[in-house]
Amino acid sequence: MAITVARPKLNWRERMYLPAIAAGMAITIKHFKNMILGRTKVTMQYPEEKWDSSMPEHYRGAPALVRDTDGRVRCVACQLCEFICPPRAIKIVAGEIPSTDRFAKVEKYPEEFDIDMVRCIFCGMCEEVCPEQAIFLRKDYAITGFTRDEMVHHKEKLLEIGGVMHGVVLKWNEKK
Amino acid sequence: MDYFLITTSLLKIVGMLVVVILPMVSYSVYAERRVSAFMQDRLGPNRVGPAGLFQPIADIFKLLLKEDFSPRHVNTFYYWLAPCLALVPAIITIAVVPFGSTLLGVPMVIADINVGILYVFAIASLGVYGIVLAGWASNSKYPFLGGVRSSSQMISYELSLGLAVIPVFLLVGNLRLTSVVRYQIEHGWMIAPFIGDWMNLGKWLLAIPMIISFVVFTIAVFAETNRLPFDLPEAEQELAGGYHTEYSSMKFALFFLGEYAAMISGSAVIVTLFLGGWHFPGIPDGSHGWIFGLINIAVFFAKVAALIFVFMWVRWTLPRFRYDQLMRLGWLFFFEIALVNIFLVAIIVAYFRF
Repeated sequence: MAITVARPKLNWRERMYLPAIAAGMAITIKHFKNMILGRTKVTMQYPEEKWDSSMPEHYRGAPALVRDTDGRVRCVACQLCEFICPPRAIKIVAGEIPSTDRFAKVEKYPEEFDIDMVRCIFCGMCEEVCPEQAIFLRKDYAITGFTRDEMVHHKEKLLEIGGVMHGVVLKWNEKK
Repeated sequence: MDYFLITTSLLKIVGMLVVVILPMVSYSVYAERRVSAFMQDRLGPNRVGPAGLFQPIADIFKLLLKEDFSPRHVNTFYYWLAPCLALVPAIITIAVVPFGSTLLGVPMVIADINVGILYVFAIASLGVYGIVLAGWASNSKYPFLGGVRSSSQMISYELSLGLAVIPVFLLVGNLRLTSVVRYQIEHGWMIAPFIGDWMNLGKWLLAIPMIISFVVFTIAVFAETNRLPFDLPEAEQELAGGYHTEYSSMKFALFFLGEYAAMISGSAVIVTLFLGGWHFPGIPDGSHGWIFGLINIAVFFAKVAALIFVFMWVRWTLPRFRYDQLMRLGWLFFFEIALVNIFLVAIIVAYFRF
């Protein structure tokens, strides 16, 4: 049902509109003046200024593989992240660790580990599901490339973004 | 043959067009974007060159390189004619406006004709043909509506435009724009005739109708140049761009530049009629040395630039009028105010014998 809204009764001063126009002009010139004097700080000049320093701890950027303090790639190629990944961005090819290796009892390692960043939705499920604390979402957000192939992060790239993770459980140590 | 006159006129035309008007048009587009951005707490284009100053050049390259697409259903001849008609009248209005005193003995006005202001009105009214033809030739409903709106708007506001300047010419006594400036140098600017003659009550009284006349004229110029709050012909929200919906590339740019050129020539006319033209108190005219001639030209364009800033300021403050409000304002208020104003000035002039 249509509701008729009563129009407000304007007095003669309001009906002239001139005071209202003058007030509006004063507001815009005030904004203009503050901008000229540099008092207004709203826009961030992106490539020169970045949020990086003030990004929160829980920020979910690019997923990355990490090494532990022993220098071992923590991923054991269990492929849980590959299964959980909603857009199916992760592809893992598992390989066997030779028995002569120091970490032979881990048995599996990822021969190839690709994350297609065109598909990745930064949901963080891979990080949550990982039983080995091997995959983390880092703060990198500017992921660009000229082709789709460039947008696929291979194992080397993932390790480069991830780096070494301190303070995680070292459950594959010889002592354990 | 008067070779001196022909040479200097050609030099003035080319210099005015290439050195002043066209750069001013493109840079007023840049200024509009920056001013609007600042008024809305944004930054505006600031990447191309220092502070974005090369942005107009980049824009022009972009527009030139874009595909010049014309729909199949247009009326080709008028479709091509319309952009030219939008830009040309706006630029040739400048011809009669004195933009400086004299430079090395040459008067700084391209054509000092004795029907000055009539020429301005005649040419400015031609600007409507560009818009109407664009609306008609596009053969599509939104441009058509834009064209129709524009023609009725221009006709309505031309009345108050014409009536608002009559007080000026009541005082000056002839229609030559150079003599308007000359009069203002001798008797004070039109909006402040009391300057230099502070004790004269008549001049103070005269200031009231002159300011009214200035305001009416300025608002009518807003309407004539299709600037907000009167930009109904191109109202983006209602008409999807209005008369230039079907245009692309450089033809579209010509409409755009035409609007800004009209704004510049409109400001130039306002400055000449009401704000003292190239005169600034304390600065002598060009007969005292070429440096003063140059300063006079600079003063004139500084005033024009200030007025253009006001145009932008108003545009980014006020919302658009509804169509009936626009017509009401034109016919019921400005027309009457301008008419009464003429009588006021006539009475003051007759009583105090200026």
